[in-house]
Amino acid sequence: MVTTSTLKDAREVAGAVPDPEIPVLTIEDLGILRDVEVDDAGRVRVSITPTYSGCPAMEAIRADVTAALKSEGYDDVTVDLVLSPAWTTDWMSEEGRRKLEAYGVAPPTARPSDGPVPLTLSLRCPQCGSPDTRELSRFGSTACKSLWVCNTCREPFDHFKSI
Amino acid sequence: MSTHDAHVRYVLALADDALIASQRLGEWIASAPELEEDVALANIGLDLLGQARALLTHAGEVEGEGRDEDALAYFRDEREFLNVQLVERDNGDFAVTMARLLLLSTYLHELWSALRASTDDVLAAVAAKAVKEADYHVDHARMWVLRLGDGTEESHRRMQAALEAEWPFAAELFDATHAPASLVESGIAVDPGTFRDAWTKRVEAVVSEATLALPDVRPAVTGGRHGIHTEQMGYLLAEMQHIARSHPGATW
Repeated sequence: MVTTSTLKDAREVAGAVPDPEIPVLTIEDLGILRDVEVDDAGRVRVSITPTYSGCPAMEAIRADVTAALKSEGYDDVTVDLVLSPAWTTDWMSEEGRRKLEAYGVAPPTARPSDGPVPLTLSLRCPQCGSPDTRELSRFGSTACKSLWVCNTCREPFDHFKSI
Repeated sequence: MSTHDAHVRYVLALADDALIASQRLGEWIASAPELEEDVALANIGLDLLGQARALLTHAGEVEGEGRDEDALAYFRDEREFLNVQLVERDNGDFAVTMARLLLLSTYLHELWSALRASTDDVLAAVAAKAVKEADYHVDHARMWVLRLGDGTEESHRRMQAALEAEWPFAAELFDATHAPASLVESGIAVDPGTFRDAWTKRVEAVVSEATLALPDVRPAVTGGRHGIHTEQMGYLLAEMQHIARSHPGATW
Protein backbone atom coordinates (compact mmCIF):
# COMPACT_ATOMS: atom_id res chain seq x y z
CA MET A 1 0.00 0.00 0.00
CA VAL A 2 1.21 3.48 -0.83
CA THR A 3 0.73 6.42 1.45
CA THR A 4 -0.48 9.68 -0.05
CA SER A 5 2.71 11.41 1.05
CA THR A 6 4.75 9.38 -1.41
CA LEU A 7 2.50 10.30 -4.29
CA LYS A 8 2.49 13.43 -6.35
CA ASP A 9 -0.28 15.73 -5.25
CA ALA A 10 -3.50 14.49 -6.87
CA ARG A 11 -4.77 17.98 -7.59
CA GLU A 12 -1.55 18.84 -9.38
CA VAL A 13 -1.75 15.68 -11.49
CA ALA A 14 -5.41 16.16 -12.43
CA GLY A 15 -4.93 19.89 -13.01
CA ALA A 16 -2.10 19.30 -15.48
CA VAL A 17 -4.31 17.30 -17.86
CA PRO A 18 -4.63 19.23 -21.13
CA ASP A 19 -8.00 20.07 -22.64
CA PRO A 20 -8.47 17.74 -25.63
CA GLU A 21 -9.88 20.51 -27.86
CA ILE A 22 -7.45 23.28 -26.84
CA PRO A 23 -4.38 21.34 -25.74
CA VAL A 24 -2.45 24.49 -24.88
CA LEU A 25 -4.72 24.87 -21.85
CA THR A 26 -4.92 22.55 -18.87
CA ILE A 27 -8.24 21.79 -17.28
CA GLU A 28 -7.02 23.83 -14.32
CA ASP A 29 -6.44 26.86 -16.59
CA LEU A 30 -9.95 26.46 -18.00
CA GLY A 31 -11.53 26.31 -14.58
CA ILE A 32 -13.36 23.08 -15.31
CA LEU A 33 -11.51 21.14 -12.60
CA ARG A 34 -13.75 21.76 -9.63
CA ASP A 35 -12.48 19.58 -6.84
CA VAL A 36 -10.04 16.79 -6.04
CA GLU A 37 -10.38 14.81 -2.83
CA VAL A 38 -8.18 12.00 -1.62
CA ASP A 39 -9.41 9.90 1.31
CA ASP A 40 -7.32 8.00 3.85
CA ALA A 41 -7.39 4.86 1.72
CA GLY A 42 -5.92 6.75 -1.25
CA ARG A 43 -9.16 6.84 -3.23
CA VAL A 44 -9.46 9.93 -5.42
CA ARG A 45 -12.70 11.68 -6.23
CA VAL A 46 -12.45 14.33 -8.94
CA SER A 47 -15.23 16.77 -9.89
CA ILE A 48 -15.24 18.39 -13.30
CA THR A 49 -17.81 20.69 -14.87
CA PRO A 50 -18.71 21.11 -18.56
CA THR A 51 -18.25 24.44 -20.32
CA TYR A 52 -21.43 23.79 -22.32
CA SER A 53 -24.12 21.16 -21.64
CA GLY A 54 -23.29 19.27 -24.81
CA CYS A 55 -19.50 19.55 -24.66
CA PRO A 56 -18.35 16.29 -26.28
CA ALA A 57 -14.91 16.59 -24.68
CA MET A 58 -16.15 15.65 -21.21
CA GLU A 59 -15.82 11.91 -21.79
CA ALA A 60 -12.27 12.35 -23.09
CA ILE A 61 -11.38 14.55 -20.12
CA ARG A 62 -12.81 12.01 -17.71
CA ALA A 63 -10.69 9.26 -19.29
CA ASP A 64 -7.57 11.45 -19.41
CA VAL A 65 -7.87 12.46 -15.74
CA THR A 66 -8.33 8.84 -14.70
CA ALA A 67 -5.34 7.71 -16.76
CA ALA A 68 -3.11 10.53 -15.46
CA LEU A 69 -3.90 9.72 -11.84
CA LYS A 70 -3.44 5.99 -12.38
CA SER A 71 -0.03 6.53 -13.91
CA GLU A 72 0.95 8.38 -10.72
CA GLY A 73 -0.13 5.48 -8.56
CA TYR A 74 -3.70 6.38 -7.69
CA ASP A 75 -5.54 3.18 -8.49
CA ASP A 76 -9.03 4.03 -7.36
CA VAL A 77 -10.27 7.08 -9.24
CA THR A 78 -13.82 8.37 -9.66
CA VAL A 79 -14.58 11.36 -11.86
CA ASP A 80 -17.92 13.08 -11.25
CA LEU A 81 -19.59 15.52 -13.58
CA VAL A 82 -21.11 18.42 -11.66
CA LEU A 83 -23.44 20.97 -13.26
CA SER A 84 -23.93 23.39 -10.42
CA PRO A 85 -22.81 26.11 -10.11
CA ALA A 86 -22.69 26.58 -13.88
CA TRP A 87 -19.25 27.13 -15.37
CA THR A 88 -18.38 30.63 -16.46
CA THR A 89 -15.45 32.02 -18.43
CA ASP A 90 -14.68 34.09 -15.32
CA TRP A 91 -13.14 30.92 -13.90
CA MET A 92 -10.49 30.83 -16.58
CA SER A 93 -7.14 31.74 -15.02
CA GLU A 94 -5.07 34.75 -16.09
CA GLU A 95 -2.40 32.30 -17.14
CA GLY A 96 -5.03 30.50 -19.23
CA ARG A 97 -6.02 33.73 -20.96
CA ARG A 98 -2.41 34.49 -21.84
CA LYS A 99 -1.80 30.99 -23.18
CA LEU A 100 -5.00 31.13 -25.21
CA GLU A 101 -4.01 34.40 -26.88
CA ALA A 102 -0.50 33.13 -27.63
CA TYR A 103 -2.14 30.07 -29.20
CA GLY A 104 -4.13 32.30 -31.56
CA VAL A 105 -7.51 32.24 -29.84
CA ALA A 106 -8.90 35.55 -28.58
CA PRO A 107 -9.62 35.07 -24.86
CA PRO A 108 -13.07 35.74 -23.38
CA THR A 109 -13.90 39.33 -22.63
CA ALA A 110 -15.46 40.39 -19.35
CA ARG A 111 -18.75 38.65 -18.88
CA PRO A 112 -21.89 40.77 -18.78
CA SER A 113 -23.11 40.68 -15.20
CA ASP A 114 -26.66 39.88 -16.26
CA GLY A 115 -29.04 40.29 -19.16
CA PRO A 116 -28.46 39.57 -22.82
CA VAL A 117 -25.09 38.79 -24.37
CA PRO A 118 -23.91 41.96 -26.08
CA LEU A 119 -24.06 41.75 -29.86
CA THR A 120 -20.97 43.68 -30.75
CA LEU A 121 -17.76 43.20 -28.89
CA SER A 122 -14.54 44.71 -30.08
CA LEU A 123 -11.86 42.05 -30.13
CA ARG A 124 -8.16 42.36 -30.73
CA CYS A 125 -6.75 40.06 -33.41
CA PRO A 126 -4.56 37.47 -31.63
CA GLN A 127 -2.31 37.34 -34.72
CA CYS A 128 -1.49 40.97 -35.50
CA GLY A 129 -3.08 42.80 -32.58
CA SER A 130 -5.34 44.96 -34.73
CA PRO A 131 -8.62 46.03 -33.11
CA ASP A 132 -10.27 46.08 -36.55
CA THR A 133 -11.97 42.69 -36.50
CA ARG A 134 -15.42 41.35 -37.21
CA GLU A 135 -17.48 38.37 -36.20
CA LEU A 136 -18.18 35.82 -38.95
CA SER A 137 -20.33 33.52 -36.86
CA ARG A 138 -21.50 33.28 -33.27
CA PHE A 139 -20.72 29.57 -33.41
CA GLY A 140 -17.29 28.12 -34.11
CA SER A 141 -15.38 24.86 -34.29
CA THR A 142 -16.33 23.90 -30.73
CA ALA A 143 -19.28 24.81 -28.51
CA CYS A 144 -17.20 27.33 -26.57
CA LYS A 145 -15.89 29.38 -29.50
CA SER A 146 -17.10 31.86 -32.12
CA LEU A 147 -15.48 32.57 -35.47
CA TRP A 148 -13.90 35.95 -36.30
CA VAL A 149 -11.79 37.51 -39.01
CA CYS A 150 -9.25 40.33 -38.82
CA ASN A 151 -9.82 43.16 -41.32
CA THR A 152 -6.15 44.17 -41.13
CA CYS A 153 -4.21 40.92 -41.58
CA ARG A 154 -7.20 39.10 -43.13
CA GLU A 155 -6.62 36.02 -40.97
CA PRO A 156 -9.57 34.21 -39.44
CA PHE A 157 -9.37 33.41 -35.74
CA ASP A 158 -11.38 31.79 -32.96
CA HIS A 159 -12.74 33.65 -29.97
CA PHE A 160 -13.46 31.90 -26.70
CA LYS A 161 -17.01 33.11 -26.01
CA SER A 162 -17.88 34.74 -22.73
CA ILE A 163 -20.56 32.88 -20.88
CA MET B 1 -51.35 10.70 -10.87
CA SER B 2 -48.95 10.71 -7.94
CA THR B 3 -46.52 13.58 -7.51
CA HIS B 4 -43.74 11.12 -8.17
CA ASP B 5 -45.17 10.09 -11.56
CA ALA B 6 -45.93 13.70 -12.42
CA HIS B 7 -42.34 14.62 -11.58
CA VAL B 8 -40.99 11.95 -13.95
CA ARG B 9 -43.33 13.06 -16.74
CA TYR B 10 -42.40 16.71 -16.26
CA VAL B 11 -38.67 16.06 -16.58
CA LEU B 12 -39.33 13.77 -19.55
CA ALA B 13 -41.37 16.44 -21.33
CA LEU B 14 -38.50 18.94 -20.96
CA ALA B 15 -35.98 16.30 -22.06
CA ASP B 16 -38.02 15.30 -25.10
CA ASP B 17 -38.43 18.89 -26.31
CA ALA B 18 -34.64 19.27 -26.24
CA LEU B 19 -33.88 15.84 -27.69
CA ILE B 20 -36.28 16.05 -30.64
CA ALA B 21 -35.39 19.66 -31.45
CA SER B 22 -31.74 18.61 -31.42
CA GLN B 23 -32.40 15.72 -33.79
CA ARG B 24 -34.12 18.05 -36.28
CA LEU B 25 -31.34 20.64 -36.10
CA GLY B 26 -28.79 17.93 -36.80
CA GLU B 27 -30.48 17.31 -40.15
CA TRP B 28 -29.23 20.70 -41.31
CA ILE B 29 -25.59 19.72 -41.06
CA ALA B 30 -24.13 19.93 -44.58
CA SER B 31 -27.44 21.31 -45.92
CA ALA B 32 -27.57 24.82 -44.44
CA PRO B 33 -27.23 27.90 -46.71
CA GLU B 34 -23.59 28.42 -45.73
CA LEU B 35 -20.84 26.59 -43.87
CA GLU B 36 -21.02 28.88 -40.84
CA GLU B 37 -24.68 27.98 -40.55
CA ASP B 38 -23.96 24.24 -40.63
CA VAL B 39 -21.66 24.87 -37.69
CA ALA B 40 -24.11 27.14 -35.87
CA LEU B 41 -27.06 24.76 -36.13
CA ALA B 42 -24.86 21.83 -35.10
CA ASN B 43 -23.72 23.81 -32.07
CA ILE B 44 -27.24 24.72 -31.05
CA GLY B 45 -28.31 21.10 -31.54
CA LEU B 46 -25.38 19.97 -29.42
CA ASP B 47 -26.34 22.30 -26.57
CA LEU B 48 -29.87 20.89 -26.69
CA LEU B 49 -28.56 17.33 -26.82
CA GLY B 50 -26.41 17.97 -23.75
CA GLN B 51 -29.43 19.34 -21.90
CA ALA B 52 -31.52 16.38 -23.06
CA ARG B 53 -28.94 13.88 -21.80
CA ALA B 54 -28.81 15.45 -18.34
CA LEU B 55 -32.60 15.59 -18.20
CA LEU B 56 -33.16 12.03 -19.44
CA THR B 57 -30.63 10.72 -16.92
CA HIS B 58 -32.42 12.63 -14.19
CA ALA B 59 -35.86 11.40 -15.30
CA GLY B 60 -34.55 7.83 -15.07
CA GLU B 61 -33.18 8.46 -11.58
CA VAL B 62 -36.40 10.04 -10.33
CA GLU B 63 -38.36 7.16 -11.85
CA GLY B 64 -36.13 4.67 -10.03
CA GLU B 65 -36.67 1.73 -12.34
CA GLY B 66 -33.16 1.54 -13.69
CA ARG B 67 -33.72 3.23 -17.05
CA ASP B 68 -30.75 5.33 -18.18
CA GLU B 69 -30.59 8.07 -20.83
CA ASP B 70 -30.18 5.56 -23.66
CA ALA B 71 -33.10 3.40 -22.54
CA LEU B 72 -35.30 6.49 -22.49
CA ALA B 73 -34.09 7.95 -25.78
CA TYR B 74 -33.95 4.78 -27.85
CA PHE B 75 -36.39 2.33 -26.34
CA ARG B 76 -39.54 4.33 -25.78
CA ASP B 77 -42.22 4.26 -28.46
CA GLU B 78 -43.82 7.28 -30.03
CA ARG B 79 -46.78 7.52 -27.66
CA GLU B 80 -44.40 7.69 -24.68
CA PHE B 81 -42.68 10.84 -25.97
CA LEU B 82 -44.03 14.02 -24.40
CA ASN B 83 -42.46 16.73 -26.58
CA VAL B 84 -44.50 19.46 -28.23
CA GLN B 85 -45.32 18.98 -31.90
CA LEU B 86 -43.53 22.25 -32.71
CA VAL B 87 -40.14 20.54 -32.48
CA GLU B 88 -40.91 17.28 -34.28
CA ARG B 89 -42.27 18.46 -37.62
CA ASP B 90 -40.12 18.48 -40.76
CA ASN B 91 -37.61 21.30 -40.94
CA GLY B 92 -39.15 23.01 -43.95
CA ASP B 93 -37.00 25.70 -45.55
CA PHE B 94 -34.39 27.71 -43.65
CA ALA B 95 -36.93 30.41 -42.77
CA VAL B 96 -39.20 27.82 -41.13
CA THR B 97 -36.30 26.55 -39.06
CA MET B 98 -35.47 30.08 -37.94
CA ALA B 99 -39.10 30.92 -37.12
CA ARG B 100 -39.31 27.74 -35.05
CA LEU B 101 -36.01 28.44 -33.33
CA LEU B 102 -37.17 31.93 -32.40
CA LEU B 103 -40.44 30.67 -30.88
CA LEU B 104 -38.81 27.71 -29.14
CA SER B 105 -35.64 29.29 -27.79
CA THR B 106 -37.45 32.37 -26.50
CA TYR B 107 -39.77 29.99 -24.62
CA LEU B 108 -36.81 27.94 -23.36
CA HIS B 109 -34.97 31.03 -22.22
CA GLU B 110 -37.96 32.08 -20.10
CA LEU B 111 -38.47 28.53 -18.85
CA TRP B 112 -34.86 27.99 -17.78
CA SER B 113 -34.72 31.43 -16.17
CA ALA B 114 -37.66 30.45 -13.98
CA LEU B 115 -36.45 26.90 -13.30
CA ARG B 116 -33.18 28.13 -11.82
CA ALA B 117 -35.26 28.43 -8.63
CA SER B 118 -36.70 24.90 -8.86
CA THR B 119 -36.72 22.87 -5.65
CA ASP B 120 -35.46 19.98 -7.77
CA ASP B 121 -31.71 20.62 -7.46
CA VAL B 122 -30.81 18.82 -10.68
CA LEU B 123 -33.40 20.77 -12.67
CA ALA B 124 -32.10 23.99 -11.14
CA ALA B 125 -28.53 23.07 -12.12
CA VAL B 126 -29.48 22.16 -15.70
CA ALA B 127 -31.48 25.40 -15.90
CA ALA B 128 -28.57 27.57 -14.71
CA LYS B 129 -26.44 26.19 -17.52
CA ALA B 130 -29.13 26.03 -20.20
CA VAL B 131 -30.29 29.62 -19.71
CA LYS B 132 -26.90 30.91 -20.85
CA GLU B 133 -26.96 28.66 -23.89
CA ALA B 134 -30.54 29.64 -24.77
CA ASP B 135 -29.41 33.26 -24.75
CA TYR B 136 -27.15 32.54 -27.73
CA HIS B 137 -29.88 30.54 -29.47
CA VAL B 138 -32.45 33.33 -29.21
CA ASP B 139 -29.89 35.77 -30.47
CA HIS B 140 -29.06 33.62 -33.48
CA ALA B 141 -32.70 33.15 -34.47
CA ARG B 142 -33.38 36.83 -33.96
CA MET B 143 -30.54 37.91 -36.25
CA TRP B 144 -31.79 35.65 -39.04
CA VAL B 145 -35.45 36.62 -38.67
CA LEU B 146 -34.41 40.28 -38.89
CA ARG B 147 -32.15 39.66 -41.86
CA LEU B 148 -34.71 37.64 -43.81
CA GLY B 149 -37.79 39.63 -42.78
CA ASP B 150 -36.18 42.97 -43.56
CA GLY B 151 -34.24 41.65 -46.57
CA THR B 152 -35.38 41.12 -50.13
CA GLU B 153 -38.96 40.79 -51.30
CA GLU B 154 -38.48 37.04 -51.62
CA SER B 155 -36.84 36.56 -48.21
CA HIS B 156 -39.57 38.70 -46.61
CA ARG B 157 -42.30 36.60 -48.25
CA ARG B 158 -40.73 33.34 -47.13
CA MET B 159 -40.03 34.54 -43.57
CA GLN B 160 -43.66 35.63 -43.26
CA ALA B 161 -44.87 32.29 -44.64
CA ALA B 162 -42.61 30.51 -42.15
CA LEU B 163 -44.08 32.42 -39.22
CA GLU B 164 -47.61 31.56 -40.41
CA ALA B 165 -46.62 27.88 -40.61
CA GLU B 166 -45.06 27.71 -37.13
CA TRP B 167 -47.32 30.04 -35.18
CA PRO B 168 -50.24 27.57 -34.74
CA PHE B 169 -47.85 25.17 -32.99
CA ALA B 170 -46.48 27.74 -30.55
CA ALA B 171 -49.62 27.69 -28.40
CA GLU B 172 -48.80 24.16 -27.27
CA LEU B 173 -45.70 25.46 -25.51
CA PHE B 174 -48.09 26.92 -22.95
CA ASP B 175 -50.13 23.76 -22.45
CA ALA B 176 -49.51 23.00 -18.77
CA THR B 177 -50.58 19.35 -18.90
CA HIS B 178 -47.09 18.25 -17.91
CA ALA B 179 -46.90 20.81 -15.09
CA PRO B 180 -49.90 20.05 -12.83
CA ALA B 181 -50.69 22.34 -9.90
CA SER B 182 -49.27 19.93 -7.33
CA LEU B 183 -45.89 19.97 -9.03
CA VAL B 184 -45.91 23.74 -9.37
CA GLU B 185 -46.89 24.18 -5.71
CA SER B 186 -44.05 21.97 -4.57
CA GLY B 187 -41.68 24.26 -6.44
CA ILE B 188 -40.41 21.55 -8.80
CA ALA B 189 -42.15 22.76 -11.95
CA VAL B 190 -43.05 26.12 -13.44
CA ASP B 191 -46.44 26.80 -15.03
CA PRO B 192 -45.49 28.05 -18.52
CA GLY B 193 -48.54 30.31 -18.43
CA THR B 194 -46.67 32.55 -15.97
CA PHE B 195 -44.27 33.69 -18.66
CA ARG B 196 -46.55 33.65 -21.68
CA ASP B 197 -46.86 37.45 -21.70
CA ALA B 198 -43.12 37.90 -21.49
CA TRP B 199 -42.66 35.42 -24.35
CA THR B 200 -45.28 37.15 -26.51
CA LYS B 201 -43.71 40.54 -25.93
CA ARG B 202 -40.23 39.35 -26.88
CA VAL B 203 -41.39 37.52 -30.01
CA GLU B 204 -43.59 40.43 -31.10
CA ALA B 205 -40.67 42.83 -30.77
CA VAL B 206 -38.54 40.74 -33.15
CA VAL B 207 -41.41 40.22 -35.60
CA SER B 208 -42.16 43.90 -35.80
CA GLU B 209 -38.50 44.92 -36.05
CA ALA B 210 -38.22 42.46 -38.95
CA THR B 211 -41.09 44.32 -40.70
CA LEU B 212 -43.18 41.16 -40.48
CA ALA B 213 -46.79 40.80 -39.37
CA LEU B 214 -47.94 38.70 -36.44
CA PRO B 215 -49.87 35.79 -37.91
CA ASP B 216 -53.60 35.84 -37.42
CA VAL B 217 -54.08 32.08 -37.37
CA ARG B 218 -55.78 29.68 -34.99
CA PRO B 219 -53.74 27.35 -32.78
CA ALA B 220 -53.30 23.86 -34.21
CA VAL B 221 -55.00 20.90 -32.56
CA THR B 222 -52.03 19.23 -30.92
CA GLY B 223 -51.41 16.89 -28.01
CA GLY B 224 -47.68 16.28 -27.72
CA ARG B 225 -47.78 16.49 -23.92
CA HIS B 226 -50.25 13.57 -24.00
CA GLY B 227 -48.06 11.54 -26.34
CA ILE B 228 -50.07 12.39 -29.45
CA HIS B 229 -47.73 13.17 -32.34
CA THR B 230 -47.74 14.02 -36.03
CA GLU B 231 -46.94 11.54 -38.77
CA GLN B 232 -43.48 13.09 -39.12
CA MET B 233 -42.54 12.02 -35.57
CA GLY B 234 -42.63 8.37 -36.62
CA TYR B 235 -40.05 8.91 -39.34
CA LEU B 236 -37.85 10.93 -36.99
CA LEU B 237 -37.88 8.20 -34.33
CA ALA B 238 -37.26 5.49 -36.91
CA GLU B 239 -34.07 7.24 -37.94
CA MET B 240 -32.99 8.18 -34.41
CA GLN B 241 -33.67 4.80 -32.81
CA HIS B 242 -32.92 2.36 -35.56
CA ILE B 243 -29.27 1.59 -34.78
CA ALA B 244 -29.84 1.15 -31.05
CA ARG B 245 -32.76 -1.20 -31.74
CA SER B 246 -31.18 -3.15 -34.60
CA HIS B 247 -27.94 -3.71 -32.73
CA PRO B 248 -28.77 -3.62 -29.00
CA GLY B 249 -25.71 -2.97 -26.87
CA ALA B 250 -23.54 -1.94 -29.83
CA THR B 251 -20.63 0.32 -28.92
CA TRP B 252 -18.11 2.32 -30.93
